[in-house]
Amino acid sequence: MTAALIGTDVKTSVPLKRRLKRAERARQIKALALVAPLLLFLLFTFAGPIAGMLWRAVDDREVREVLPQAVSALADWNGKDLPDEKAYAALAGDILAARASGTIAIAAKRLNYALNGFRTILTNTARSLKAAPEPGTAKETLAKINPAWRERATWMTIKNASGPMTGFYLLAALDLTRNADGAIVAAAPDQAIYRAVFARTFLISLSVTVFCLILGFPVAYLLATLPPARSNLLMIFVLLPFWTSLLVRTCAWIVLLQSKGVVNDSLHWLGIIDQPLRLIYNRFGVCVAMTHVLLPFMILPLYSTMKAISPAYMRAAASLGAPPLTAFLRIYLPQTLPGIGAGSLLVFILALGYYITPALVGGAADQMISYFIALYTTETANWGLASALGAVLLLATVLLALVYGKLVQGQQVTGGMKN
Amino acid sequence: MSDNLTLRTPSQRIAWTATIVISTLVFIFLVAPILAIMPLSFSSGSYLTYPLPGLSLRWYGDFINSPRWMNSLKNSMIIGVASTLLSMVLGTLAALGLAQWKSRFKPLVLAFVLSPVVVPGVITAVGLYFFFAPIGLTGTYLGLILAHTALATPFVVITVGATLQSFETNLVRAAASLGASPLQAFRRVILPLILPGLASGALFAFATSFDEVVIVLFMAGPEQRTLPREMFSGIRENISPTITAAAVILTTVSVILLVTLEALRRRNERLKGSA
Repeated sequence: MTAALIGTDVKTSVPLKRRLKRAERARQIKALALVAPLLLFLLFTFAGPIAGMLWRAVDDREVREVLPQAVSALADWNGKDLPDEKAYAALAGDILAARASGTIAIAAKRLNYALNGFRTILTNTARSLKAAPEPGTAKETLAKINPAWRERATWMTIKNASGPMTGFYLLAALDLTRNADGAIVAAAPDQAIYRAVFARTFLISLSVTVFCLILGFPVAYLLATLPPARSNLLMIFVLLPFWTSLLVRTCAWIVLLQSKGVVNDSLHWLGIIDQPLRLIYNRFGVCVAMTHVLLPFMILPLYSTMKAISPAYMRAAASLGAPPLTAFLRIYLPQTLPGIGAGSLLVFILALGYYITPALVGGAADQMISYFIALYTTETANWGLASALGAVLLLATVLLALVYGKLVQGQQVTGGMKN
Repeated sequence: MSDNLTLRTPSQRIAWTATIVISTLVFIFLVAPILAIMPLSFSSGSYLTYPLPGLSLRWYGDFINSPRWMNSLKNSMIIGVASTLLSMVLGTLAALGLAQWKSRFKPLVLAFVLSPVVVPGVITAVGLYFFFAPIGLTGTYLGLILAHTALATPFVVITVGATLQSFETNLVRAAASLGASPLQAFRRVILPLILPGLASGALFAFATSFDEVVIVLFMAGPEQRTLPREMFSGIRENISPTITAAAVILTTVSVILLVTLEALRRRNERLKGSA
């Protein structure tokens, strides 16, 4: 490239500029080519899967695939009176076909989410239809098998679930549903649990963040103030737990806090308690273990912010007559705010998505949103609801991460971070 | 140190003493649980309580003689090493590219590359579970290696990227002007200079994979269970002393990684100081 540049006529600057531009463009293409493998890889192993999960939160094709004729017959139903004979006949045909191919359970499961008891209606109808193909209109036959087919709500449930996309799961994740008229209303009390779960997740995360800040601030201050030789040594106390496996730490807390554990034994031996305290498998245990796990994520950003604060400011404040407390509150504390913000947001974001620690040391009333996402994915296979809850959690995380990104812009806080 | 010398008033001294006392308590809170679990693994009894009835290595024997535990250790090593190597290649290339790429989309791309660290593990795990199941990648080593690589690569990009920030690009130009091919320039000039960043990136990547459990919970079949995964089910059922032995083994690996990283950092600082 150098040789080529020297070879050009330097008096005419345009070709040189163009050449420079071309060289620069080649460089940029090369740079992009280096980044491309990782981008493609993450597309396949990260972005694609998450996009797929988001898609599942609105995907609603089960009923449409199992009961295609009924779905198209209901497309131009006004929804006010009962559907016409055509729709009844279409549904009867669909049910017989679905029973023969063994797909009826797929539609039954989906419809049962929307209307409790629909599974029974559908399987019962499928069984009776095959057993006794009677003369008369489809309407009469179906109504005789199950009186539910005489109700508008039954048909509305099918119509609302005909897809191909739905807001049903997303609404359910926020304890909302559509009533028979299609208006958005509060979900039935026995299904409305997710707002409480989100509130609990938020509350636990917030408490853990506050505990981390209270415990982390003095430590970060000490580490930032001590001479490097000593603070490097003390840093081991922060880095050792940071690097120790999450499961080792959770396991350690169970051993310490269980009813015959070290803490209860010591308290008993000291004569403070007669009965062992219940310290684990409850909210207390979750908060203690999570604070322990996340505390280094508070200390490290706080430390790097405090390290950058010149002690000259405090000396200046003192020399101008500020009492130590005033100097601390008005000079030192404001300068640590970026660190407090970064540390708190980081801890809060990580806490929001926590799964392992609450799953192991929490009781039934301490499970956070991640637990329900995992539950609906692997246990009950309600993938639409799992995805919808995941979408809400993802949205909260991304919003907070954007704030975090703005906050730490230009700051080097990512160094030494391990999840 | 300067600040300590300026502590003249009694209230300042009280505040400083309070800081030391509170910090000491927090240090105990941080380290005591990890230290408390260790002696239990050497207990001769089967209860996880102090005082220990006697010392023995029987639980370590249990661990070594259990095909289940040994298999999980082997799986952790296989998956950890493979995803470290893969994330090193992808992460280093990306860091080199990002260092010379100029575009207003760069922050966006960087945020995307780093996002696997921030997105909750459950979301990634559920997404991967849906995505990998139809193409037959759940219950395979390859599936887990790919997933762990996605989680680990951001750390390689960060550490290598940090080394490149202080990198003198003129050195590459000098190498080129002296007739080195791009590959030679990379091997003989760039690589030695970014080696510390690469090494700490590798340690982070390995630690990430070695510690990860949520994705393994969703994606691993019985054959691919890792050490943390076995610990998870062990803790869930009933904590036995064998689990504390496993915990000590895991902690030992962490300490080795931490010490290596610290040595790298010191070496790097020393080199910077002498430059």
